[in-house]
Amino acid sequence: MPQEHIEEYLEAIYDIAGQKGTAKTSEIAERLHNAPASVTEVLQRMDRDGLVKYQPYQGASLTKKGENIVTRIKRKHRLLEVFLEKVLHLPRDHVHDQACKMEHVITDETEQALCKTLGVPTECPHGSPIPPCNIDVKNCNECMSENKIIQEKREQKLTSITTLKPGQKGKVVFIRGGRNVVQRLCDLGLTNGTLVSLVREAPLKGPIQICVRGCKVVIGRGIAEKIFIQLEGA
Amino acid sequence: MQKPDLTIALAGNANVGKSVIFNQLTGLGQIIGNWPGKTVEKAEGTLIHHGKNIRVIDLPGIYSLSTYSQEELVSREYIALGNPDVVVNVVDATALERNLFFTLQLIEMQAPMVLAINLVDIAKKKGININYQLLGDILGLPVVPTAATKGIGVHEIVDEALELFKHKTKQNTPMIKYGPEIEKRIERLEFELKQTDLGYPLRWTAIKLLEEDTEIIRILKEKASNVVELAKDLCKEIEKIHKEPCATVISSERYATSARIVSEIQTHEQPQKPSWGERLDTVSMHSVWGYIVLFTIMLAILGFISFFGGWLSEVLQNLFEQFNPNLSGFWPEIAWNGGVVGFYASLAVALGFILPFYLILGVLEDSGYLPKVAYLMDRPCHTMGLHGKACMPLLVAFGCNVPACAGCRIMETNRDRFIAVVLSTLVPCSARTVVILGLVGAFVGVQWAVALYIFDFLLIFLIGRALNKILPGTSVGIIMEMPPYRTPSAKVVMKQAWVRFKPFLITAIPLIVLGSVIVEAMRLTNVLPMISDFLSPITVIWLGLPAFTGFLFIFGVLRKEAALVLLAVVAGTSDISSVMTPLQMVVFALVIMIYVPCIATIAAMVKETGWKHALGITMFEIVLAIIIGGIAFRVLDPIL
Repeated sequence: MPQEHIEEYLEAIYDIAGQKGTAKTSEIAERLHNAPASVTEVLQRMDRDGLVKYQPYQGASLTKKGENIVTRIKRKHRLLEVFLEKVLHLPRDHVHDQACKMEHVITDETEQALCKTLGVPTECPHGSPIPPCNIDVKNCNECMSENKIIQEKREQKLTSITTLKPGQKGKVVFIRGGRNVVQRLCDLGLTNGTLVSLVREAPLKGPIQICVRGCKVVIGRGIAEKIFIQLEGA
Repeated sequence: MQKPDLTIALAGNANVGKSVIFNQLTGLGQIIGNWPGKTVEKAEGTLIHHGKNIRVIDLPGIYSLSTYSQEELVSREYIALGNPDVVVNVVDATALERNLFFTLQLIEMQAPMVLAINLVDIAKKKGININYQLLGDILGLPVVPTAATKGIGVHEIVDEALELFKHKTKQNTPMIKYGPEIEKRIERLEFELKQTDLGYPLRWTAIKLLEEDTEIIRILKEKASNVVELAKDLCKEIEKIHKEPCATVISSERYATSARIVSEIQTHEQPQKPSWGERLDTVSMHSVWGYIVLFTIMLAILGFISFFGGWLSEVLQNLFEQFNPNLSGFWPEIAWNGGVVGFYASLAVALGFILPFYLILGVLEDSGYLPKVAYLMDRPCHTMGLHGKACMPLLVAFGCNVPACAGCRIMETNRDRFIAVVLSTLVPCSARTVVILGLVGAFVGVQWAVALYIFDFLLIFLIGRALNKILPGTSVGIIMEMPPYRTPSAKVVMKQAWVRFKPFLITAIPLIVLGSVIVEAMRLTNVLPMISDFLSPITVIWLGLPAFTGFLFIFGVLRKEAALVLLAVVAGTSDISSVMTPLQMVVFALVIMIYVPCIATIAAMVKETGWKHALGITMFEIVLAIIIGGIAFRVLDPIL
């Protein structure tokens, strides 16, 4: 079975059930316009490959491995959408379908080049966040200043600091953004590897308050979304 | 002024109590505020200590000596090039790790230094124990524990500074050592820099070059561009090794050193219960309750001030009118209607509206509530192209637009500053509140006064949105320290209210008295109608107002609250409803509310944004006020 199909299945599960939930076989079948019987068969095979956890009559949920693949695909998809709209000036309602096809064929190298050319975008044209790359850099300046493609890959699973729940802690791994902002955050103590915790967040996607080195700091949502951390214990 | 024997500069993070120490030392008016970024310029005062005349400089509160903001630049230029005899680094005992990060940078500037550890009383309550002796030994600096709000340790700081100055001992402060790969490159640059003197210490300059400091690179490019090129290459090399920009590597190492020192000198027993400040935060920063608290406070302030101000005006008027000799004739009428009425009316504005506002603002500032407002209002501010910090000047603007314009300096970019200044000048200040409440509120109805306010807020919102669209670029987000709640000190609150109030008392009241004398004289000599006739195409035909208002708009540029006082003078009666219809009063108040605040605000705008922008804003607001006033006259006609 081609990689492209597997990726479609993973995406379908992700879209239906999110990172943690379980997607029913019938839902997946409907989404992919396939017969439920053949969907079951594919899901069983993917379970053997460790991409999903499949339970008969319940459905399938993503494993860590499956989730990683989906995150990479989503990143490529949303970067492509930005590219199609911003550079090629396609109408916004056309970019999704195009990106759906292209996302499976572009290489990691193209992905990196897209990100750099587009000036490190943070959201797709429809407003969904673009997941961070898995290149082993600590912030974007380094990647932007290098002319070659960086090969080293990061192992950890990163998440934006805004996805924390109040009281949850994590270590700063990667800050996306301009030099000035990165330096300012650094001056306030958010250096790489620093333990930070989320104290509270303002409603309607307002700013967040975090605790870093014993100090309370308020950070606007736009900047906070670009601070990526590794959950403690993860 | 006598030449000072020595100069002490206070430097440190924002909100650590530098300004409190400054005030304790000098007793001179420097405004203290419990919100970050308050001291936007360096303040200066003098002190006599043990017969020595000491000049004290209060530098802006900053977190680093880079060039993120104007304040950081001001501070480091002063420390290196202003040659203070002693730098007193004030640090917050409850956040040592972050504060020492700054101390380590100051040490690199190689100025003679005293370390004042402030807020030790609060640290003790939080279960933080600090070994001051050991800290002094590690850093090679004299260390003074202080609790500035209680006056503890403040004079010991000066003693230590004098001691340091007297012996002129070269301080034996160990420099922070970076990793060998960085040290090697610092040495290389130091060697290259020996021929070019920038006035900054060599090692510090070398480190700044590796941090790719824009200002240092700019200066050095003219003198030795080859060193700049070399530094660039060395930076690249470090970036290769660390896979991180060189500046972040250096910051990380500084923080690591700071953390190591703190772990040696400090023990922290976590308190079992959250502090009352944290418990208060759960309400005042809550997604729903926070806003309810905020709006309740705002309404209460507005309600209280308008009630109190109205009451005081009446009391003063009755008090003075008892003595009215009711003489007629040119000079007696000028003296009474011009001089005395002008005096008590402006006194009522000063004591009834402006002073209470500054007292309340002082409490809000000193308690640390304002940053919570910035947090709550960040999201709404974004729709106007600003971030939450803009709330602070906008709030100040309700009292007076002049300090608000100056306060806009806390915005990081020129764009944000410009938008904040424009919006600040549209906020109804206490002077305009006097006109709105005293005219529309008193003679037309409170609901119309409220409607005017709502309209003004809508206007501010729309202009903010428009500016956000028109001006290039987008707002940078908010990055702000959130200081804890502190019990406001009555002394500090009263002092800062007085410092803000004094200029009004000594410049505005004489101006208003003088103005009303002139107006009365013009009324008696029939000059007024000439000016008013000249403006009548706008006032009478377009705005539908009585002709005599034309003069008031011109005079209102001096002080707006004077417009109401003078209205009574010009109309020849304090019962304005007998000379103006409700519709005319609403239109009059509307135009007064929108057109450019006053001469003092224009001057403040010039200082903040330059001549061109200030004139542009002024013209824009005058035209806007006239257009809106004319439309209001036609639209509201059927209703009122």
